[in-house]
Amino acid sequence: MDKTEILIVGSGPAGLKGALAAAGQGARVTLVERDPFLGGQLVKQTHMFFGSKEHYASERGFKIAEKLGKAVKEDPNINIYENTTVLGYYEDGVLSLEKEGKFSTIKPEALIMATGAQENTLMFPNCDLPSIYGAGAVQTLMNVHGILPGKKVAMLGAGNIGVIVSYQLLQAGVEVLAIIEALPNIGAYHVHASKVRRMGVPIWTSHTVLSAHGRETLEKITVAEIDADFKPLAGTEKELEVDVLCIAVGLTPLTEILFQAGCRMAYIPELGGHVPLCDETLETSVKNIFVAGDVSGIEEASAAMVEGTLAGLKAAYNLGYGRDSYGELVKAARLELDALRRGPAGEKIRSGLERLNLAGKEAS
Amino acid sequence: MLSKSGVPEKKQIEEVMPSKERLASGPVVIVECFQEIPCDPCYTSCKQGCFLPFEDINDLPRMDFEKCNGCGICIGACPGLAIFIVDETYSENQALLSIPWEFKPVPAEGDIVEGLNRKGETVGQVRVKKVRPSAKKSTTHVLTLEVPKDLAHEVRSIKVKQ
Repeated sequence: MDKTEILIVGSGPAGLKGALAAAGQGARVTLVERDPFLGGQLVKQTHMFFGSKEHYASERGFKIAEKLGKAVKEDPNINIYENTTVLGYYEDGVLSLEKEGKFSTIKPEALIMATGAQENTLMFPNCDLPSIYGAGAVQTLMNVHGILPGKKVAMLGAGNIGVIVSYQLLQAGVEVLAIIEALPNIGAYHVHASKVRRMGVPIWTSHTVLSAHGRETLEKITVAEIDADFKPLAGTEKELEVDVLCIAVGLTPLTEILFQAGCRMAYIPELGGHVPLCDETLETSVKNIFVAGDVSGIEEASAAMVEGTLAGLKAAYNLGYGRDSYGELVKAARLELDALRRGPAGEKIRSGLERLNLAGKEAS
Repeated sequence: MLSKSGVPEKKQIEEVMPSKERLASGPVVIVECFQEIPCDPCYTSCKQGCFLPFEDINDLPRMDFEKCNGCGICIGACPGLAIFIVDETYSENQALLSIPWEFKPVPAEGDIVEGLNRKGETVGQVRVKKVRPSAKKSTTHVLTLEVPKDLAHEVRSIKVKQ
């Protein structure tokens, strides 16, 4: 069995920043990544990021992955296991790992779960036809593997992911027939919506997909307008001939290990589902188990990076590292995180966190 | 409505428009950013002081148009691709319009392309006057287009024939 001071699961924006923060304080870190490369979802983000200089604003996600990945690889305090999946958490604090068919175990003194989230899906007749994808899967096909998903696409969901992937499909030369959104308003940043709109892609709010059709694979979809109760309005049905349907209807935090570890969880719809109760430094109800990024609630990558920093600092502090600088560094990171969430765009996350806090108070 | 269709309303455009006098005096920036999101590279990229300091990262950009010299550095810095430069003094009938461009093919200088409005509809033919990367190694290009004056505030994208 291996031992490590801090084990970080997932090398997306939260995991990378967490590793750098903890290692920067002198702690020995093991960073585990399921993919054969570091970066998590950053590697397929070809658009420029929002935020401020501290969050690499105006840089493209895959460039941020390169930059942070390089820093992590050059840090002598960080040991990297790529191609490695965490399988489970045991009562004695041991985690089991699988790397290229080989099983091993590791016992960390502190654990930071930065596992991210998985895509939600939607049920409708024939929703299992080939060529109906999660939007994130299409992004991986295109931007990681260089494979076009098809020629004519409909996007279901006008949140940031749906709109950004639509833009990237256009960049790859794929026709996007429409972005279909059940809610009455676009969830994506409006500037993202405007940039696909001026390339001629219509956005249909208060619409949904009723059914998909095709023999071997997707050939067309039926779309209709819906009322305030999400009921289809008779007579508004129209058919779209598409060979791909992308589904971008939200994300759910990947929390299985946290449940196994006995972390207290709460169901908070604004945060994407079950999330762990945690304090201001992302420490869960189980001492020395932390979360960072989407696993703690679905949010932007900029916030994930700051959460990673907070969790990394506190995990190192708990093990006796960075006693002098801890207070100041945490304060700065907290201010950054609060600033990112302060505006109208942060309303959903703020109300989710408020509910999570209440759940925490009730539990204690 | 912007939040339903992605197309800003006329009133919103008017509110971010520099004055007629300023437009008539030379190249100037137009920032079509209408939603408070945590983002400030327009302000940090501008060397002229045209973007007033952000008190909060969620602020909308506030401008001192007198300080803008039309350099266009903000065009490629804006992650939302929401910044344009218009020069109404270019000629009697034409204005220059600079837009961000992240598609292939990148048109060549001298090409005639279709000018698209904010809905993606073709509103006229425009000539590509200048093509440059927005910054060193940047993959966002800045295209400067010759557009009929009455379309300077309509055209916001182009369509290049493959």
